[in-house]
Amino acid sequence: MNTLSRRILGAIPVLLGISFLVFMLMHIAPGDPVSLLLGDDATPADIEQTRRELGLDQPLLVQYWDFLSRAVRGDFGRSLKFNEPVMKLVFERLPATIELAFISLIVAIIIAVPLGVYSAIKHNSLFDHAGMSVALIGVSLPNFWLGIMLIYFLGGQLNLLPVAGRIEYGIEVKPITHLYLIDSLITGNFTAFWSALQHLLMPAFTLGTSLAAIVTRISRSSVLEVMRQDFITTARAKGLSEKTVIWRHILRNAMITIVTILGLQLGALLNGSVITETVFSYPGIGELLIQSISARDYKLTQVLILFFAIIYFVVNLLTDFLYSWIDPRIKF
Amino acid sequence: MIGLKHLKIWVGGIILAALFVCGVASPLLAPHDPQAQTLEDRLRPPRWAENGSPAYLLGTDNLGRDILSRIIYGSRISLLVGAATVIFAGLIGCTLGAVAGYFGKLADDIVSKISEIFLAFPFLLIAIAIMAFLGQGVVNLIMALMLSRWVQYCRVVRGEVLSIKERDFVTAVKALGGRDGYVLLRHVVPNTVASITVIATFAMAIVIISEASLSFLGLGVPAHIPTWGSMLSEGRSYINRAPWLTIFPGLAIFITVFGINLLGDGLRDIFDPKLRRQR
Repeated sequence: MNTLSRRILGAIPVLLGISFLVFMLMHIAPGDPVSLLLGDDATPADIEQTRRELGLDQPLLVQYWDFLSRAVRGDFGRSLKFNEPVMKLVFERLPATIELAFISLIVAIIIAVPLGVYSAIKHNSLFDHAGMSVALIGVSLPNFWLGIMLIYFLGGQLNLLPVAGRIEYGIEVKPITHLYLIDSLITGNFTAFWSALQHLLMPAFTLGTSLAAIVTRISRSSVLEVMRQDFITTARAKGLSEKTVIWRHILRNAMITIVTILGLQLGALLNGSVITETVFSYPGIGELLIQSISARDYKLTQVLILFFAIIYFVVNLLTDFLYSWIDPRIKF
Repeated sequence: MIGLKHLKIWVGGIILAALFVCGVASPLLAPHDPQAQTLEDRLRPPRWAENGSPAYLLGTDNLGRDILSRIIYGSRISLLVGAATVIFAGLIGCTLGAVAGYFGKLADDIVSKISEIFLAFPFLLIAIAIMAFLGQGVVNLIMALMLSRWVQYCRVVRGEVLSIKERDFVTAVKALGGRDGYVLLRHVVPNTVASITVIATFAMAIVIISEASLSFLGLGVPAHIPTWGSMLSEGRSYINRAPWLTIFPGLAIFITVFGINLLGDGLRDIFDPKLRRQR
């Protein structure tokens, strides 16, 4: 059996475990889930009917099997708050989150990789200590606070950037990929592109900062790791210029780790997206999760959590493959 | 650079100690009752600003409550949730990690599979999920954060135990007739303390930010208890009129987390031999 199929088969028990945990969430809620779903003014008859409709009168394992078989078919029922199929809501909001995560990743790379690499090359210098202090500050900044402060200074005081939403009200983008930046470029609608970009800047910076802090440290340590290897000593010994040693030998090898770690940090972006989207009222799935929780829309909450976990799991799996593809010495 | 390393530990330690003192002695330190509302003094700016009052150093909120007192009382929740989560998650994670690493086979398989499932969730999401279904409350919050944090301890301790159990001194104790429980508790686990201390310090920082994030989202402790996260959330709507409502609680979170991360960094510099070589 090849590595790919072994890894995919190995993922099945984990995915089953995830789905079981998410299924059980509804049952750990104190009190009757149906009364919670229907609210305080439901009559006993309503409760009984909904209980039957949802299959909650069945044994737990039967209910889990039902949940699982519907989930595999992509049927997750309807949202109570929005009165629409859950999957429709998720797919409407998903492009916004993807766009935000992608721009945040770019922000993080632009800040972190040069800072980390240069800190390592100038190891133990003033720049190194300053760079690491900046990274430490970045890790310690609560991103919701950073977001609010940006809203206050850049949005409120200086009036430079819009403080909420995904695009200015009234500007329409013809949906192709549902990613506003790309769609507006394809259709040549530069007003929409500019507006979407402006709306993305503050949330992406907020979300990108904490990631940048982690990536700076990792970039620095992977460059340091490579610098200690014998082949670097050899490269220097054969008289290569420092520039060639750094660009051709150190950076090329250090990039393997950096690129992979960036993939693995998607979890940090998902964590952060829930909070960042809430602060900026940015219409992605993170904000949808918080809306569904405050509306006590348990069905939608359950599906969103399952969705987050599956995206995270699949990306980690892909990163593992990417890792072994970049560095064939690694086997699973 | 021994000086810098010790400086990190000192500065971080002092900040953590200050959090501890604020948390334990809040009734003595807070100039006002954190719940007392003085409506005629509502939205009063900090003392040094125009229209500020000497009675309220950091100003008041929309209900006329003293910001400084609420920040001091808010440290209680950060301290309580942070310490309790780190201790309980540590106990669960270290026990499972040590058992899995030492005994291997079935124990290792089961623990590894369970950790893999927990690792499949971004950790804050586990906490959000649990709080969404369990509802607000200090105990629920500690439980939610604990369930999302134990895996980190488990993985590190398992890895350490796997390597320690193969060392000669462990073989020697076993050859002298030491039983598994004795070897594990007296000889293996004590050798993991350095790593556990470092993870626990960083975990405390992450837990404090997570608690503040959950409170900010309205998924933390009940609304009547002052916390830094809920102060930020309440102050958000007044951001342009009264920015001090959000600036100061945010600074409190930042300084605390920065201090603890600094302490963790310093401890790691001391304990991690790999990093020592790099210097």
